[in-house]
Amino acid sequence: MGLMDTPRAVRARGITKYFGDVVALDGVDLDVTQGQIHGLVGPNGAGKTTLLGLLLGLAAADGGRLEILGTPVERALAAPDGVAGFVDAPGLYPSLTARQNLAALAALRGLATGAAGIDDVLGEVGLTEVADDRTRGFSLGMRQRLGLAAALLTRPRLLVLDEPSNGLDPSGKRQVHGVLHRLAADGTAVVLSSHRMDDLEALCSEVTILATGRVVFSGPLGKLAAENRELDYRLRTCDPRTARRIAGDTTGIRIVDDSGVRQDPDVLVVRALVPALDELVAQVVRSGVAVRELAPVVSPLEAAFLALTEHQETGR
Amino acid sequence: MTATAAPATESAPSVARRVPVFRGYRFELVKLVSQWRIRLLVAACWIVPGLFVAGVGQQSTLPSDTLFGRWMHATGWAGPLVLLGFAGTWALPLLTSVVAGDVFAVEDRLGTWRHLLVAVRSPARIFVAKSLAGLTVILLLVAGLAVSSTTGGLASAGDQPLVGLDGHLLSPGDAAGRVLLAWLAALAPTLALAAIGLLGSVALGRSPTGLLLPPVVALAMSVAQMLPLPVAVRLALPGYAFTSWNGLFTSPVQLAPLLIAVTVSLTWTVLATALAYLLFVRRDFTNPADDGSGRRALAFGVLPLAALTAVTVGAVAVATPSTGSGITQDKVQKSLATVFGHLYRLQTRELRRPAVTEAQSRATAACTKSDGQAAQEGAGNDWRCVVSWHLPGVAVTGTAIYQLDITSDGRFVADGDGPKEVNGYFLVRTPTGDAPNPLWQFDGNVDLLDTQ
Repeated sequence: MGLMDTPRAVRARGITKYFGDVVALDGVDLDVTQGQIHGLVGPNGAGKTTLLGLLLGLAAADGGRLEILGTPVERALAAPDGVAGFVDAPGLYPSLTARQNLAALAALRGLATGAAGIDDVLGEVGLTEVADDRTRGFSLGMRQRLGLAAALLTRPRLLVLDEPSNGLDPSGKRQVHGVLHRLAADGTAVVLSSHRMDDLEALCSEVTILATGRVVFSGPLGKLAAENRELDYRLRTCDPRTARRIAGDTTGIRIVDDSGVRQDPDVLVVRALVPALDELVAQVVRSGVAVRELAPVVSPLEAAFLALTEHQETGR
Repeated sequence: MTATAAPATESAPSVARRVPVFRGYRFELVKLVSQWRIRLLVAACWIVPGLFVAGVGQQSTLPSDTLFGRWMHATGWAGPLVLLGFAGTWALPLLTSVVAGDVFAVEDRLGTWRHLLVAVRSPARIFVAKSLAGLTVILLLVAGLAVSSTTGGLASAGDQPLVGLDGHLLSPGDAAGRVLLAWLAALAPTLALAAIGLLGSVALGRSPTGLLLPPVVALAMSVAQMLPLPVAVRLALPGYAFTSWNGLFTSPVQLAPLLIAVTVSLTWTVLATALAYLLFVRRDFTNPADDGSGRRALAFGVLPLAALTAVTVGAVAVATPSTGSGITQDKVQKSLATVFGHLYRLQTRELRRPAVTEAQSRATAACTKSDGQAAQEGAGNDWRCVVSWHLPGVAVTGTAIYQLDITSDGRFVADGDGPKEVNGYFLVRTPTGDAPNPLWQFDGNVDLLDTQ
């Protein structure tokens, strides 16, 4: 099935949303296909949470057209069944245990999920051992995971998550990432916002960058990196002196000594486009110098984010 | 570990299904009952009043400053009425504030509105579910107060006849029915306070002021009832229903004030609930700066209730001819004579003397206020009355003196001032020993709307 034939979970065109005189969203377009994990990135106040709120059906757009799971959504609280998630933070009741929170939600929505279903989702997010603890004492990471479990309980076809990695320890993050990847593999569309670029790069096939309510980029991560200009790379070799000499002689390579990276005599920081970097690595290796590490100082997504949003901010 | 999400490739028709109100109601009840303070309140309401009434009933000194308090040794039916008098001022406003005053604001504090809206998809249904759940818990608490205090009273003093506010004896069955009606009548102002609590909870968001609104309003209404306000104003305030049940314990029943007070309370209930509903469904839950509170919300909530008070005062003033204090010399004399006649009959029975019916004793009272130096009407503790009565076959007319302390709501305490054998001492000597003298001190009630 080609991309054009893939069912769309979200199709937004020219979405605008105002809060009084404040323009929260200004002509936003968004496409999310089923089975895709789509990231929303942007500075604080860019409109990410507002857009996620529209997808969850918390509000209606003031202008534009929004289709969710093939259904036009023209008023608040009219998002079709199959949409789940949270904005800001998961809604949990501290006087109830984790299990009771989920059971109450299942009963409220009339879900046929029994105790086994609740146990399943609790196990999936790694909360089995605290299932009968009141959520009053839960950490932020545990609350995030329980919020995800609550969303899973409704068997979503579109999952909307606002900063799902907030407060997660590395183990919790890995668990949540695993759940999201499995959901996507099963065909669920996931739209999530995050300020953690490493999370987005690990999870998302496509991203949309918002700045001051407008889309400044939307597309695959690879395209974002390609569209970007030069990046800074850390190059660790067994012979830094030779590597520095070769870099200085290679066209399109600039040595950066004030990159802000912790000074390390074995590491050389160079600024280059990808083709020039490829040439540098080839020459270094041909010279008999072993390359021990090559990585961008700032991730391509973060670099693009900074470049695009700073440009947008200064252009206001 | 198994993924539980449904395959997303299924193309079921996508429609937004709203959650039925019953499910929302059950969800709200679960949330309320899971709170330790609600559990504590329920337990307290079902246990403490019984212990309190039973305990007080065992004391030698009774709470005679509380209506029916002086009869707690005589009958178990006095206990729930003593508690009702106390509850109307303090307990019921506080209970409604804890439940209704917080039922909406709690979602603001927890930040769960968006979660709830995504789940239920209808602010109107959320409002109905929350209101019904709050109402259920309040009814449970009020039922606990009534049942517990009645049980405690009956256990300590037994199922005996109750002396009414006009001195006539109510059989245990009759007393039980009227006690039940009295508690039901008190439900109306309780609902009004609950609706004000809902309004405060919606209008004031996470501000604690919303929680305090019912007790503040109840306190204001209690203070208003103590002021020398015209009858029309007094009856137009929902708080009057907390005392209007007194009229159930006279014969004939003082029905008009009771019905007016209950109607006013229910009108307040409907209006405050409707205002809370309108404020709630218009709230923008996507705007993080909007927690429902604000000047507009306050004005939207307060001004219509102020207008309702004005309209109700006008309506009561037009519907009833009584615009003064409602406490006139004639009504005081008539009421005191009636109570005395009934209690004199009770005293003669205690003393094992020949029965004297009210028709035979033909008790009358002559009352003056401030020794006749001031207007002969209104509340005050400066009423002095001389009661006269006759005995069959005896030419001499009996007289007894009373000092009356009448409060603005028409309730009075008559304090016997002699002669000692009739009303000057708290005990009377009966053939079986000393017994409480029913004519020494007693409570009475002036019908504020009585025009006769």
